[in-house]
Amino acid sequence: MADVKDPAGLTRLTAAELAARIADGTTSAVEVTEAHLARIEAVDEKVHAFLHVDREGALAQARAVDAKRAAGERLGPLAGVPLAMKDIFATEGVPTTVGSKILDGWLPPYDATVTRRLKEAGLVLLGKTNMDEFAMGSSTENSAFGPTGNPWDLTRVPGGSGGGSAASLASFQAALAIGTDTGGSIRQPAALTGTVGVKPTYGGVSRYGMVAFSSSLDQGGPCARTVLDAALLHEVMAGHDPLDSTSVDAPVPPVVEAARNGSVAGLRVGVVREFGGEGFQAGVTQRFAEAVELLRELGAEIVELSCPSFDKALAAYYLIAPSECSSNLARFDAMRYGLRVGDDGTRSAEEVTSLTREAGFGPEVKRRIMLGTYALSSGYYDAYYGSAQKARTMVARDFAAAFGQVDVVVSPTTPTTAFAIGERVDDPMAMYLADLCTIPVNLAGNAALSLPCGLAPEDGLPVGLQVIAPAMADDRLYRVGAAVEAAFQARWGHPILEEAPVL
Amino acid sequence: MPGITREEVAHLARLARLELTDEELDHFAGQLDDIIGAVARVSEVAAEDVPPTSHPLPLTNVMRADEVRPGLTAQQALSGAPAQEQQRFKVPQILGEE
Repeated sequence: MADVKDPAGLTRLTAAELAARIADGTTSAVEVTEAHLARIEAVDEKVHAFLHVDREGALAQARAVDAKRAAGERLGPLAGVPLAMKDIFATEGVPTTVGSKILDGWLPPYDATVTRRLKEAGLVLLGKTNMDEFAMGSSTENSAFGPTGNPWDLTRVPGGSGGGSAASLASFQAALAIGTDTGGSIRQPAALTGTVGVKPTYGGVSRYGMVAFSSSLDQGGPCARTVLDAALLHEVMAGHDPLDSTSVDAPVPPVVEAARNGSVAGLRVGVVREFGGEGFQAGVTQRFAEAVELLRELGAEIVELSCPSFDKALAAYYLIAPSECSSNLARFDAMRYGLRVGDDGTRSAEEVTSLTREAGFGPEVKRRIMLGTYALSSGYYDAYYGSAQKARTMVARDFAAAFGQVDVVVSPTTPTTAFAIGERVDDPMAMYLADLCTIPVNLAGNAALSLPCGLAPEDGLPVGLQVIAPAMADDRLYRVGAAVEAAFQARWGHPILEEAPVL
Repeated sequence: MPGITREEVAHLARLARLELTDEELDHFAGQLDDIIGAVARVSEVAAEDVPPTSHPLPLTNVMRADEVRPGLTAQQALSGAPAQEQQRFKVPQILGEE
C-alpha cells in the first residue's frame, strides 16, 4: 500500500501511533501534517470530504507542537495529530458554513469550546468537512456544496450528516475527525464507511459554538478508525463547560482506560427484538448475528429484550427535531450575519428575511422548518409535539427497563449498507429510515458507539455494530468496542479498511 | 389525523418566512403530507398517562457570577454583518408605508 507522496506511510497510522512517534521524535508534527495535506490534495477531488482545507493554519499549529517539543515541554496524548472538523463548529477566522448557502463565507469571530479544546491539546485542524445542511440528513447529499463519495464506492453515500468526517477517515485524509449526532449523524456514517463513531452521553460534550439544529438532541463526539483513537479524542473534547447550560458537571467517564482494557467477560448484553426483521438487509442481519455470537464466545451473556416503544421513536424524532429546528433556525434572518438577498432599498426587513431564507436554505431544511412549524401550531400541538414528547418518555423508560437487566444493548447501526448517491434524495421517508436504530438513543440521551463488524456478503460494503450504554456510562462502550474490535481483527487478520479499494 | 393541503403549506411557509415558489409548494405539499401521515402514529400514545419529556436531562437554571468578562468587540460582532453603518447593524426598513 505504498504511496509515493507518503513514503513513510504516515497517513495509514492510527492517531495513537502518530502521537507516540511525534512525542519520541521519530517524526515531526509538520511531517505528519504535510503527509495528510498531500493525501488530501491527491484524493479529495474524488471524495469531496472537505469543504475547506486550512493548509497554512494546520502547518502553523504543527510547527507550534514541534516547537513545544523542542523546548522540552510535555505534549498531550494527541499533540500533532491531524484532525478533520465537521463544518458545524465555529472556528475563528476559518469558514464555517454548516453545509448551507446561508452561511457561505461566514468567518466566525470566535472558537467553539470543542475547537478551543482541540487546539489547546495540540491537535492540528486540517480543515472543515462536508455535511448535510444544518446536519439534517443521512447521506451528506443535502449539502449545498455537493455530495461526498463513500471511499468504499464513490458512487454511494458515506452516510450523514457527518459524511465528510467519516469519509476523510476512511480515505486516510485525516487520522481523527469530529462529528455531531442528533439522530445518528456520527454513528450512521461510521457504519457506512467502516470507521468508528461515538455519540457521548447528552451533555458530555459542550455545544457552545456548535450551530444548533435540535438542542435537546444534538451532541458532538469523536470519529476515528480505531476504538482507542476515539477514546483519546473523546477525553480531549468532553468535559464540563460553563458556557453550555446543558453541559454535565461531572467527570468524563474513564473512556481511555476502558479502551485499553477491552473485555466483555461476564457482561450482560441485550439484543432488542425491535431492531431487526423487515427492512433490514440480509447481509446486515447476518453480520450482526455473527457479532452477537462473537460476544457470546468472548464470555458475554446474551439477553433478548423487547422495547415496544421503539417503533414510535422515528415518528417522535421527526416531530421533535423539526420543531426545535424551526425555532433554532429563526435566527437566520439576514440581519446580523450570513446571506442577505433582495435588499434593494424598497423591501421591508420581513420581505428580505423571507427572500433570503428561500435562497439560502435547501429543500430538506425547508421541509423540516415547515414540519416543525406545523407540529408546534395551535390545534396540532397536542396531537403531534405533545404526543412525541410522551413517546420520548416511553423510549427512555424502555431503555431504563433494559438497563435494569443488561449492561449494554447491541444492534445493527443501520438497517442497510451504503446506498447509491441520488437513490433517496427526493424520498424523505426512505432517507429517514436510515436512522431507525440510532434515533432512540438521542431521544433518551444515552451514549452509543458504532464500529465495523464486517462486510455485507451481497455488496461488499461495511456493516456497523451499535453498542448502547446508559447515560454517563460511556466507558462501557469502549470496553466492549475494544474487545470486539480486537477479536474481529484477529479473525480478519487486519483492520477492515485494508479491504477498501485504493483511491 | 388530517392530511395537509397546499394552502396549509403556503400558510406554513409564510409563518416560517420562506418565500416559496409555486413549484416548491406543489412539491413540498405532497412530501409533507407523506411525512405527516407517517409520523401521525405518535398520536396513538396521546391518551397514555405518561409525562412529556422535553429534554434528556433534568434541567435547572444555570447562573454565573455577575461579573464583567471579555466579550466580542463591536468590530468582531459586526464582522459577518451583511451591511453596517456607524458601528451598527444596518437593516432594511422595519416599518411599512401604512
